[in-house]
Amino acid sequence: MDRRTLLKGFAGVGSLAATGGLSMPALSQGAAARTLRFVPQANLANFDPIWGTQYVVRNAAAMVWDTLYGVDATLQPQRQMIESEETSDDGLVWTFRLRPGLKFHDGEPVLSKDVVASLTRWSARDPMGLMLKALQNELVAVDDRTFKWSLKAPYPKMLLALGKNSTPIAFIMPERLAQTDPFKQIPDYIGSGPMKFAKSEWVPGAKAVFEKFADYAPRQEKASWLAGGKQMLIDRIEWVVIPDPATAAAALQNGEVDWWENPITDLVPSLKKNRNINVDIADPLGNIGSFRMNHLHPPFNDVKARRAVLTALSQEDYMRALVGDEPALWKPLPGFFTPDTPLYSEAGGEILKGKRDLTAAKKLLAESGYSGQPVTCLVAQDQPITKAFGDVTADLLKQMGMNVDFVATDWGTVGSRRAQKTPPGQGGWQVFHTWHAGADCVNPAVYNAVRGTGDKAWFGWPTSEAVEKEVTAWFGAKNLDEEKAAVGRLNKAALEDVVYAPTGFFLSYTAWRKNVSGITKGPLPFFWGVSKTA
Amino acid sequence: MLSYILRRILSTLPVMGIVALFVFSLLYIAPGDPAAVIAGDQASPADVERIRQSLGLDRPFLVQFSSWLWDILHGNLGTSIFTNLPVAKMIAQRIEPTLSLMAITLVLTILVAVPLGVLAAWKAGSWIDRTIMAFAVFAFSLPVFVVGYVLAYVFALQFEWLPVQGYTPLSNGVWPWFQNLILPALALGSVYIALIARITRASMLEVLQQDYVRTARAKGLDQRSILFIHALKNAAVPIVTVIGIGIALLIGGAVVTESVFAIPGLGRLTIDAILRRDYPVIQGIVLLFSFLYVLVNLMVDVTYTLVDPRIRY
Repeated sequence: MDRRTLLKGFAGVGSLAATGGLSMPALSQGAAARTLRFVPQANLANFDPIWGTQYVVRNAAAMVWDTLYGVDATLQPQRQMIESEETSDDGLVWTFRLRPGLKFHDGEPVLSKDVVASLTRWSARDPMGLMLKALQNELVAVDDRTFKWSLKAPYPKMLLALGKNSTPIAFIMPERLAQTDPFKQIPDYIGSGPMKFAKSEWVPGAKAVFEKFADYAPRQEKASWLAGGKQMLIDRIEWVVIPDPATAAAALQNGEVDWWENPITDLVPSLKKNRNINVDIADPLGNIGSFRMNHLHPPFNDVKARRAVLTALSQEDYMRALVGDEPALWKPLPGFFTPDTPLYSEAGGEILKGKRDLTAAKKLLAESGYSGQPVTCLVAQDQPITKAFGDVTADLLKQMGMNVDFVATDWGTVGSRRAQKTPPGQGGWQVFHTWHAGADCVNPAVYNAVRGTGDKAWFGWPTSEAVEKEVTAWFGAKNLDEEKAAVGRLNKAALEDVVYAPTGFFLSYTAWRKNVSGITKGPLPFFWGVSKTA
Repeated sequence: MLSYILRRILSTLPVMGIVALFVFSLLYIAPGDPAAVIAGDQASPADVERIRQSLGLDRPFLVQFSSWLWDILHGNLGTSIFTNLPVAKMIAQRIEPTLSLMAITLVLTILVAVPLGVLAAWKAGSWIDRTIMAFAVFAFSLPVFVVGYVLAYVFALQFEWLPVQGYTPLSNGVWPWFQNLILPALALGSVYIALIARITRASMLEVLQQDYVRTARAKGLDQRSILFIHALKNAAVPIVTVIGIGIALLIGGAVVTESVFAIPGLGRLTIDAILRRDYPVIQGIVLLFSFLYVLVNLMVDVTYTLVDPRIRY
């Protein structure tokens, strides 16, 4: 019996147990109802959402820092801290006006100078921000509530850039914090969002506490993802870090925590059996699996070898290795963009459809000149997703006749080694796996991994002039039809050049106790509108 | 004795220095990059490099080591790369749960294992001896996480007597504090109970063969006095040695136990720091653990003098 089986059995039997009891902390009934205990996907090890761009940091930061715009559930940016905006006729000057009455957690008003400093810091780190910075003439505060952004060329995606939910988000901080070097951490965590960060109670790796900000002025519209009125119905949110999934499942069943962000698939059946627990899909935008090849070194510097992989690759194998026999949790993805979003495209996706052709793959591989040299495949064993993908890939490459050098390691090492451009024998690599949040794959602006900018591209350093041409076309698109056309061509080009090999689209669950209500599906856990009864 | 203790404490300094150099070197050559972890999966290689530079991780080994050593000599363990908090503060936040867990485990181990070992030796060859030794083999063979899951299932989920996870500080009351530590201590202690029970039995069996024990019996002393006053005291040196080693092993066991029971102690801090390559935190914890280990060995040596008057320093 391995550890995973034991863990599953433990949680499975545990689901039969009744809940409640002695394990509850010593809180009064009222206090318990006003405190939400949440198990996040990972440890909140730092709390600067510009310096550290991990999803867990973004998710916590969304409570503490507000944004000028926020993307709603239809992926459209809506005004959030902004009252109004104007664009000059030539599209070169944007003038924004802040809502009145906005305050930071230290009681200071939110002013235009804070916005200017925050956007300056953000634009040094964010891909869309970098584009804006390249186009920028000046970004200045006009008065306390008005600021102006002058550009050298129109940038039609301005509001999306300011309201997107992909990391790093354009959070607004006080000027004194926002003036920190974007590659260094801010010294304090003051925002203007609906919750304050209780720094004194922060125990990294164990607990992070957020308290309701009494002076927060929510918008009047209904909340929708990062947009609308962020009404807090809970006074205190405690993030309880529980690294062991079986322990987290037991704690949820026992009523020691209220909401578990991402239960692993193995444990979901037992949670579903518990009458006090709700389980549902966490994020309809899901995730896209990635088999990343190094375009700098043989054999994958030859497009024929990369196409050989696409010809033989079975997305079903990857997805079943990850989510098991739950067909509702995955779908094939003959492309790069998130299914069921406006720009989704299957153009050029035939190579990933239909029966897998190992013979054709072997032929392509031989044509690429591959002659049995080792193929270094980095596999992070501490991440269930990469572990599953790595095992399938090793089998696939062996079936294709490749000599696989399977490097079983941890994610920290993969993170370091994948940045090496040296040949695999000198510390480099040929294959690693990762996954991209679907929210980051809805358009080319936020999607680094699909870019083909060679030396400046994401790890693997693909070069694809055709892809880059269509990215430019998308940025210049004047309406949705033009955007769709550009992304369709981009998808086709990215598959022809095999920027990377998508391994499928998959969803994950979230689970919460039934005395908690108001949880909405989305790319991050939204705490506004969530309430709890004792 | 006092000068011996002072000499021993002073002798820890070069040991700590060697440990410091070893740990720093090991981390320097180990693969992994905190900058890549900080930057996140979507960051560009250029961003990762900028972060590495801002953290000073691109500096030569000797520059980094001497800078760190200089801080250590000034009582500064450094600042966590990730949390931006002083390492000393992070250790202070985490030390109480770990020390509490180790203390309860140790007390539980001694209270259970020593009497069991004495009993097994006294009844050597009987069904009692065989039962105790069978239990010892069983407990010794089970991984801590298996024992932990089973205990949590039975006592937390089934009977609802105890919490599954977490830690309550001692300042919040003795019972809440103790309640959170019962299951982890049982899980962590099972192996040590088995180990010390076996050592106690073996040591006692040897002592019970000695002439003075036979003399004591011939004089008509009762069994309890023979076992616990005469025999156990003379069998204590190897038992104390193993208990000392056991304390060091508890540090390793705490890593797993704290993960299974979500106890925010030093064990979990160590794991988190290693996975993220938070070098200052790893170095601080290893230094602390090595100091504790040296201290425990010193305490063991001092304890020898209490149980065996022939030993003098």
